[in-house]
Amino acid sequence: MAMSMNRRVFKWSTWLGWQLESNWTDPFPFIIYSIAKPIAGSLILVVMYSIIAGIGGQTDIGLFHYMYVSNAFFMFVAQVLFGITWVIHDDREHYRTLKYLYISPSNFFVYMMGRTISKLLVTTLAVIVTMAFGVFFLGVPLDILGVNWLLFIVVMFIGLACVMSFGLALAGLSFLTAKHSMGMNEGVAGIFYMFCGVIFPISILPAWGISLAKVLPVTYWLELIRRTLDLGVGIDTALAGISTVDSLWILSISTIVFAIISVGIFKLGDYVARSRGLIDMTTAY
Amino acid sequence: MKFEEEYEKPSWMVMNMRTAFGRAYPRIIGVNREPSWVFFDTFFPILAIAAYIYVYTALQAPPQYLGYVVIGGAMTAYWMNVLWGMAAQLYWEKEMGNLELYMVAPISRMAIMAGMAIGGMFTSTVRAVTTILAGVFIFGITLTLEEPLMFIGIFIFTMTALYGMGMMFASLYMMWGREAWHMSNLLTEPIYLVSGFYFPVKGFQFLMGDPGFWLAVGASIIPVTLGLDGMRQCFFGPGDGFLPLWVELVCLIILTVIFLILARFSLSYMENLAKKEGRLTLKWQ
Repeated sequence: MAMSMNRRVFKWSTWLGWQLESNWTDPFPFIIYSIAKPIAGSLILVVMYSIIAGIGGQTDIGLFHYMYVSNAFFMFVAQVLFGITWVIHDDREHYRTLKYLYISPSNFFVYMMGRTISKLLVTTLAVIVTMAFGVFFLGVPLDILGVNWLLFIVVMFIGLACVMSFGLALAGLSFLTAKHSMGMNEGVAGIFYMFCGVIFPISILPAWGISLAKVLPVTYWLELIRRTLDLGVGIDTALAGISTVDSLWILSISTIVFAIISVGIFKLGDYVARSRGLIDMTTAY
Repeated sequence: MKFEEEYEKPSWMVMNMRTAFGRAYPRIIGVNREPSWVFFDTFFPILAIAAYIYVYTALQAPPQYLGYVVIGGAMTAYWMNVLWGMAAQLYWEKEMGNLELYMVAPISRMAIMAGMAIGGMFTSTVRAVTTILAGVFIFGITLTLEEPLMFIGIFIFTMTALYGMGMMFASLYMMWGREAWHMSNLLTEPIYLVSGFYFPVKGFQFLMGDPGFWLAVGASIIPVTLGLDGMRQCFFGPGDGFLPLWVELVCLIILTVIFLILARFSLSYMENLAKKEGRLTLKWQ
């Protein structure tokens, strides 16, 4: 009975999330919207690299591929983190449905998962478009036939579970914060952007930064993606001594640890919000 | 005793100044009631900017490029505030039910927007100053103000033109539903790209020749493009500057006048249109 209800909640919350993401406009503007943002984000790096290469700086094309691929896949981190936490603020203050969700018999945790899936779908489209743009217009040498797809799927599955668990932890904190605290999502994404070797190899960080990077599972996730796609390989990432299998183990174990901690933070945030009457808080500054 | 005898009606000027102060007040006080904001909105965004600093380090860019990133990073605070705290705010006010109160109040809509701008500028300035201090003290970037008077002029007119543009956008958001939220989202990375937040806008010309020059000219409609370029020239000299400083200042003054006039007419026009179409109180579109 509970299982069947959870399935329904998951299905319809995914549908709701998709509708919220996409039905504000017609399909064509929606596609343009979905493409323009990620392409522009990647082009910032392209222009930065091209200017510096043009004036005689670093011209290692491998570094460019490294930046481009990692930045494309980092969209999952940024969008999912932002998406999950925004569900709390949006439902609480904009649509003001959070309190109704709470008193309904549905499992709120499952509802959150469903809403996240829709965000993942939109982000997947953006990542595919960005990678295709890189391959067709910027000469990113992706050899589709040479990719270890089985490993890629496993890595993606574990990595996305990891990102979603981080998002849940932030959602737990979002119960207690005002709607303008988007800086929190931005900031946590910023930590990963800075320390996980997204747009530069972690080897150029100071020693303490490298140590921190090696604790964060997103570092291993992005490294494994680059290895499976065989892009940006050869750059000194400070992870060269760690084999692919070991990286996968580290990613898996750290994901499990972070998932347990995240569920704990979510439950704690949920408990404190209910105790303090914050479930229907509005913060219209 | 009649109310009119007890209460002397303030002059138009005083009433609108009170309005601006009244709308700025909750934004400034609101952040004090949410101490977590200081941490999330000042410390965390620095990380994303630090990542771009490390990109230039990895690319072995000339040192002034690190300074370009710091100044660009500081200006992102204002751009984000214009998008989310000015333009999209009227959409949010409509959803919250405040917009109809604004409309029935005997005050200028421009005064309300000015209050939002002042309140928003306070929080954005805290974030911008923190970014610059982090650049100087953490990353050792040397900022020498070579043209202090010009810098003050460029900064003031950039801000006025930028927030004038925010007011103009706000009138559109009065009509829109969720498109407003997505539009703000769309105007983030693409504007970071064309306005050269992380590289000098002259880079387009360097990379693309004449089309690049005209691309930068087109991007100059957004005041932050010339403002950023001008501020960078004030700190690092005209080497990577797009146009001579005085030309940029004159353009910014013209943009200020244009955007303030357009904002005035646009707010009035869209308010009437929204009233006719019954959209002022339409929520959750």
